[in-house]
Amino acid sequence: MALLQISEPGQSPAPHEQRLAVGIDLGTTNSLVATVRNGIAVVLNDHEGQGLLPSIVRYMRDGRVAVGREAEREQARDPKNTIVSVKRFMGRGLKDVTHVENSPYDFVDSPGMVQLRTAAGVKSPVEVSAEILKVLRALAEEALFGNAAGELAGAVVTVPAYFDDAQRQATKDAGRLAGLNVLRLLNEPTAAAIAYGLDNAAEGIYAVYDLGGGTFDISILKLSKGVFEVMATNGDAALGGDDFDQRLFCWVVERAKLAPLSPEDTRLLLVESRAAKEFLTAHAEARISVSLASGEAVDVTVTQKEFQEITRQLVAKTLAPTRKALRDAGLDVTAVKGVVMGGGATRMPHVQRAVGELFGQTPLNNLDPDKVVALGAAIQANVLAGNRGSGDDWLLLDVIPLSLGIETMGGLAEKVIPRNSTLPVARAQEFTTFKDGQTAMSIHVVQGERELVADCRSLAKFELHGIPPMAAGAARIRVTFQVDADGLLAVSARESTTGVQAAIAVKPSYGLTDEQITQMLRESLDHARDDVQLRVLKEQQVEGERMLEAVENALRDDADLVSAEEGGALRSELDALRRTLTCNDHRTIKSAIERVNRASEAFAGRRMDRAVKRALAGRKVESL
Amino acid sequence: MNLDENHFQIFGVPARFEMDLEALETRYRELQREVHPDRFARASQAEQRVSMQLATRVNEAYHTLKSPLTRAGYLLQLQGVDPEFETNTAMPAEFLSDQMERRETLGEAVAASDWERLIALSSELRIEQDALFGRIERQLEAQDWKEATATLRQLKFLEKLSEDIGEAEERMDS
Repeated sequence: MALLQISEPGQSPAPHEQRLAVGIDLGTTNSLVATVRNGIAVVLNDHEGQGLLPSIVRYMRDGRVAVGREAEREQARDPKNTIVSVKRFMGRGLKDVTHVENSPYDFVDSPGMVQLRTAAGVKSPVEVSAEILKVLRALAEEALFGNAAGELAGAVVTVPAYFDDAQRQATKDAGRLAGLNVLRLLNEPTAAAIAYGLDNAAEGIYAVYDLGGGTFDISILKLSKGVFEVMATNGDAALGGDDFDQRLFCWVVERAKLAPLSPEDTRLLLVESRAAKEFLTAHAEARISVSLASGEAVDVTVTQKEFQEITRQLVAKTLAPTRKALRDAGLDVTAVKGVVMGGGATRMPHVQRAVGELFGQTPLNNLDPDKVVALGAAIQANVLAGNRGSGDDWLLLDVIPLSLGIETMGGLAEKVIPRNSTLPVARAQEFTTFKDGQTAMSIHVVQGERELVADCRSLAKFELHGIPPMAAGAARIRVTFQVDADGLLAVSARESTTGVQAAIAVKPSYGLTDEQITQMLRESLDHARDDVQLRVLKEQQVEGERMLEAVENALRDDADLVSAEEGGALRSELDALRRTLTCNDHRTIKSAIERVNRASEAFAGRRMDRAVKRALAGRKVESL
Repeated sequence: MNLDENHFQIFGVPARFEMDLEALETRYRELQREVHPDRFARASQAEQRVSMQLATRVNEAYHTLKSPLTRAGYLLQLQGVDPEFETNTAMPAEFLSDQMERRETLGEAVAASDWERLIALSSELRIEQDALFGRIERQLEAQDWKEATATLRQLKFLEKLSEDIGEAEERMDS
């Protein structure tokens, strides 16, 4: 692909040096894992030759966990313990969950994220998702390494672009729980744009319309000279193919005049409704014929026209965010060169038609909508893992989908970082004390576009302690909100008149604390007869090796940027780190890593400075 | 790149209102290609930290310089001029009465769901904004910071109106 301006000869590793990384599409309905083989992104299949793993997890009384088709087969028999569409619960409280009335689960309304009571105990959506990820990880390791012992260099896990901070954090936590080194959270429509854009050497403004099983995203991107720049994104994190199933299900219940159904019959009829929906994509009518456990027999026929009529409202719900994204990008539909479709739900003809009408052009359907996201994620994972070949010199610039704000007087949300800001982004905000001698204050961070805090999502409450006592209004507390390339928020604070770094206690309103993660890790590993200590040790060893390699490469490439003294000190820290790698104490390794970090900080700054100067001089890397 | 440098210095472009947007964008991409965190996914934590700081700074600088409104404000800020958006609301009477009229038009158009009127209002507003940008450019070139600040306040006022029109469009849309 001739997309690139800068080539980096010698950076394309020989195949045996290739670090194997994967892209994972953790979907509402199906999940997939893909990788780049011989320069081509491919979906990895399981033993049965299947690439799609149904995102279904069944917990059994004996502690066994079934994932995928095995769980799918039992869903109508054991609906309470068989979790489908768990993605809908990620980072969400009970009040945010839609279709609770048709859900067979035993919800536990815990503070923050909703949990589910199963035969194997109470499970968080993060744990359920981790089960799916573990299966994908095992599948990938077997496909890539066979019987040889091998470790994935890392994974890129995709999330809906419209996922908020809590939902992203939950996804990242699930990856960690599954033992994955999550290199990046990648927005699903952006992943689709990478797969499509690189495949077609596309240039210009593109829209990605991504309607999955449970989420809808629309992203407007500018593709130019190997840069994928997201201009605006919008969507609905609780709208997808599932809702079409629900509509049809309700219609059938009404049409067949059914009495309230048991959880088993509900699931059975939902499964049949989905099958009918899929059948209607290519047929004029579908018959739903099923005998319920209650003894009732259902036999109704639904025409494509009827189905489209009862779900018209749902399709319309995707068009308003689409127009909004165009408006935020400052564009007219005529500026859009192509519309890339992603997500299985875009197969529905009336969705295709509505999108075509809005954009005044036929949508692009040349990539499999079920696979396009995983393929894009694999391509990015490959590059992030360091396998940047000639032809991979593209860059991705994504945005934050929802504004970040803080609570001010009267329960109003004041925007600190507006939506569609390019990542990474940071904003500093100054606060002052309200009373004489006040030494602490609390800050409530919210995400969303609404004016009232109550209408936004509460992300976290921060308490600042250690503010030097001063007269009311004299202290200047500068709070910095930093959003990283994963779209995740971190907060730091400093009192600026004295320079005192205020301590921050974070109470995530959603998401998990580090202790909870450790606890879950412990529980999940008990079952696998694994050892937490060993796992943590392994993590630190991998991190230490990565660190050694990174700093040694840097020393080799930019030897002239370190003085003999500094280089000597740094090398002795590296040697110390190398020695700790064989020890059995993760804390020793961790502190050795920290020392290397501190010793290399100034050097890292100078290296970056050089890279930037090089870029500004407009010189090609190869000419250096 | 030095975090003490101003936005213009980071991009290596002259500190003036007139801006070659294409060159700015090219530079932006060149810089992000070097500093973006995706380039440092396997680097040491120290380098990852520096990368995030610099990429954040490059984004901030780019978006400030790209928009004429924030670019003008930034030029004044470099001169130590505080535009006093919050406190100083003094505007020419004629300007204010024009804006009040526009607000009324906006209200009526929304009440009547009159898209045509809304669009006409938008384009009228854009013409006035363009005229004011022309004016502020001359004032900044002449280093007339006081007058430029007054113009900036008017532009800020129009920007708010323009945002409100956008929001009204969104409401009418849904």
